[in-house]
Amino acid sequence: MLFALFESSRSALASIFAHRLRSFLTTLGIIIGVASVIAVVSVTQGMSAFIGDTFASLGTNSLTIQSYTPFEDQMKGIRSRLTPEDLELIERRAEGIASITPILYANRSSQIKYGSQTAFSQIMGTTYAYQDVAQSYTQLGRFLAQPDNLTRRRIAVIGEDVRENLSLPENPVNEYVEIGGEWFKIVGLLDSMGDAMGMSRDDIVLVPYTTMVSLQGNQARTDIQIQLSLSDSAELEEVTTQLTTLLRNAHNLSSDEDDDFRIQTAEQLMEEFNQIIGMVTVVIGGIVGISLLVGGIGIMNIMLVSVTERTREIGICKAIGAKRHHILMQFLIEALLLSLLGGLIGLATGFGLGTLIANTIPGFPSATIPLWSIALALGFSGFVGVLFGILPAAKAANLDPIDALRYE
Amino acid sequence: MVLIQLQDITKYYEMGTQVVKALDGINIDVYKNDYLAFIGSSGSGKSTMLNILGCLDKPTNGQYHLNGTNVENLDQNQLSEIRNKEIGFIFQSFNLLPRADALGNVMQPLIYRNISVRKRKEMAIEALTRVGLSDRIDHLPNQLSGGQRQRVAIARALVTQPSILLADEPTGNLDSRTTTEIMQLFDELHGEGHTLIIVTHENEIARHCHRIIEMKDGTIFNDSAVEKGSKELIN
Repeated sequence: MLFALFESSRSALASIFAHRLRSFLTTLGIIIGVASVIAVVSVTQGMSAFIGDTFASLGTNSLTIQSYTPFEDQMKGIRSRLTPEDLELIERRAEGIASITPILYANRSSQIKYGSQTAFSQIMGTTYAYQDVAQSYTQLGRFLAQPDNLTRRRIAVIGEDVRENLSLPENPVNEYVEIGGEWFKIVGLLDSMGDAMGMSRDDIVLVPYTTMVSLQGNQARTDIQIQLSLSDSAELEEVTTQLTTLLRNAHNLSSDEDDDFRIQTAEQLMEEFNQIIGMVTVVIGGIVGISLLVGGIGIMNIMLVSVTERTREIGICKAIGAKRHHILMQFLIEALLLSLLGGLIGLATGFGLGTLIANTIPGFPSATIPLWSIALALGFSGFVGVLFGILPAAKAANLDPIDALRYE
Repeated sequence: MVLIQLQDITKYYEMGTQVVKALDGINIDVYKNDYLAFIGSSGSGKSTMLNILGCLDKPTNGQYHLNGTNVENLDQNQLSEIRNKEIGFIFQSFNLLPRADALGNVMQPLIYRNISVRKRKEMAIEALTRVGLSDRIDHLPNQLSGGQRQRVAIARALVTQPSILLADEPTGNLDSRTTTEIMQLFDELHGEGHTLIIVTHENEIARHCHRIIEMKDGTIFNDSAVEKGSKELIN
């Protein structure tokens, strides 16, 4: 059996290389199909691996609560809010929370100045608990402390990018920057966190929460964000339910009204991203499936032509002793090798394409091919080869030797 | 020793509503080391005879024993095996595989016997040497002359050491000089103990044989032994 397999592969390869151009054109369908699936998979996999890394660094046991206004209500001028009272309520009543911090984004200018340099950054008012919740620590100086909030000190902790953008010295501690017309003393420089989804996570300025509140004045009714980390990530469900009940009561929502806030975990965000990527992969997979099908039909077509062309040869082989399975095997293996070769070429092309895409788009993660996609691509193209090779091979094997020998 | 035994062989073809009797009650015994020619005009049943003798086709009725095996009850795969073991085919149009060189062509029937590549090569070279083509083993069929191609075909027939060599108009596509060479080769093979059956319409060829069976309308018209060395014309 193995012997026959080897012999068939040899003569199949010989016949494939005897018609190089034709073989190549035949497998083009498979090549394109496999190349596109590999290109897409390598790009999306690179992206999802990257996103996974990013979210893992965000901490899987942290929760973010944000106000949420449906679009319809926004049109009516209604705005949902999370207030400092909500924060206080959660601090007092909720259980299973390790640390909790409000975040207040600057609602006017995010301009920050140092000497003659001006930059724009994400300016957030928060508390000392932020470093535990966000897993963000200082490399130089200190973080915001409790007393800073009590006395509304005008101090700031900045990210690495802010330091660079403002041409601050290597050690920016004790330098002064201007935010919203007020002078802030830099007390700390954060560890570099790298990029997340094309956005720098080092381009932030943290100031005490109370300082930010007073900076905004009283004209705005504050809408804060609350970030908290759990003491046990297994209690995620319970804590979420508890928080939902607390906030719904506080906001006086009746049972038929929707939540006017959203509780999100880093994991949820990641799942959403993965879902999108998964959907893209499935859609592309479907398209590729069709393309492989078409490629398979192309192979079948050429194999049928090849059988007709070689009718006389088949007759000769049968006359000198070839059995049905010898002929069947030869044509089946030829179809299989054709599509496998196409699969291999497609694999290389697809990886090249993926790398090209990843390299042309700046900030895009590099392409990675997971092993399963290689196995899938080769497996599927092999399957197509066998599936569409059977009919021509059976036709060849069933030829009557006398008719075949007489064939001109 | 009887090698081939044909008993009441008939072969009918249905052409629409008409039944054509290609062979009609053939009884022949062929002995080992026979040198036999089937002659007759076209339509006499020669080709059908050849197909049946070569186990390419089965008779409608009658019994065919080849080297002790009753061919009647064999299926296509078993017939392939019989052809591979017992019969060496030599065709008018050579029927070589165009993409294989001389060596590859001669090795081909051995593939179906699961013989290792090395052994196959050895046997094929030996057979090619026997027909005088040891210096042409890497030539493709289209790089060889007609006579050389037929020699390759003969080598392919010889390499399996079959019990009969079955030649169908072996010189039909060759010029007279090459014809003489090929017939000389046949004479030699017969001298070495091979059993040869040649189907031809040329009396020139048949004259080399030692037994001539003349066919007409699917029946045996005349079955006569020729004296060894006799060169007299038939008819």
